Amino acid sequence: MSAKRWLPFAAFLLIAALLATGVWLSRRDNREALPSPLIGKPAPEFALPVLHEPNRIVTSKDLRGQPYLLNVWGSWCPECRVEHPVISRFAATKRVRVIGYNWKDEPVDALKWLERFNNPYWLVLADIEGGTAIDFGIYGAPETFLVDAEGIVRWKHVGAMTDTIVRDELLPVLEAAEAMKQ
Amino acid sequence: MIRFWNRKSKSPLPPFFKGGNSTAFFKMENNDGFFEIQKRRHFLHESFAGLSSLFKARLSSPFEKGGPRGICLALFLLLSLLAAPTFAQKSTDPAPLQFRDTAEETRFHDLVSELRCVMCQNQSLADSNAQIAVDLRREVLDLMREGRSDPEVRDFLVARYGEFVLYRPRVSGTTWLLWFGPLLFALGGGVVVWRLLRRGRNAPPPGDDETQEW
Repeated sequence: MSAKRWLPFAAFLLIAALLATGVWLSRRDNREALPSPLIGKPAPEFALPVLHEPNRIVTSKDLRGQPYLLNVWGSWCPECRVEHPVISRFAATKRVRVIGYNWKDEPVDALKWLERFNNPYWLVLADIEGGTAIDFGIYGAPETFLVDAEGIVRWKHVGAMTDTIVRDELLPVLEAAEAMKQ
Repeated sequence: MIRFWNRKSKSPLPPFFKGGNSTAFFKMENNDGFFEIQKRRHFLHESFAGLSSLFKARLSSPFEKGGPRGICLALFLLLSLLAAPTFAQKSTDPAPLQFRDTAEETRFHDLVSELRCVMCQNQSLADSNAQIAVDLRREVLDLMREGRSDPEVRDFLVARYGEFVLYRPRVSGTTWLLWFGPLLFALGGGVVVWRLLRRGRNAPPPGDDETQEW
């Protein structure tokens, strides 16, 4: 039997292997999430009003010194309600400051939302127009960033947080960031 | 993963959504301004009934669940599963962008059609109606008016959203295969064709067993 006979089969195997590699590479659950180019880089400078005190402006420099978790949410975002208990549980451990980033929301609705579901945040920043959100590369809610004491973005999660993600991804990154500081 | 980007979209629902208890839109708001996800069940229920009657090929009264309307819903559900991202969330641009002159408009359109929408991911920034695309288009126009060049505008978005936003990725360690892969394939194909041609010239005329083997 000539080797030529096996050629179509070999071609088929090659293509099958190529496709299988593609499937394997896209095995992540969250494959639509874009990797953030900000990881390992300084978080963008910002100056945003506090939701509860619109006249008080908090800047990125004010938040240096300790790591913080920045959780993007809006009262218009159903998925944020899904992750709310997870954020609340994590915030209750007082591991780091959990800062809410109220994105493109009406302050009245945002306050109502917090009143109804409880406010887990140490501080809530309001980005009503969404200008700063572009600097952060935010493109949907919920999204969550971990920023370390020096203001470097260490980690980002796109989509609702879960307890598993907190345990398997967030906490190890946080410990690594803290270990580097010492 | 369900994520939403438009706030309280007041966009008109297609008439299909409006009929009877099949208010299937899962971004409905109730009186408190919060979302009602319950309604979705009617829709699913009715369309599954429709789906089963599709298979049974049974036509029942139009008022009954699983009747022609149910079948329509089932077909719609099937189609919308295929095209889920396009119907998912749309919102209208509140104020269309105003251009100073046609040159600016042309430059803007050339630029945004080369940038990918970060949310819908298979549409360009020019085509997408997602709220984030509206915001980013506005940002691009603002940057242009600040006097930034096209590469600077692209760099601005890449620094924030990553290489993903470029429909024409730059040549780098991870993208060289993307750029030169087709060339490699063409070269490989060329070699095969050349060898076949050369053999054809030397081989006996067609019709013998060897060529009919497969």
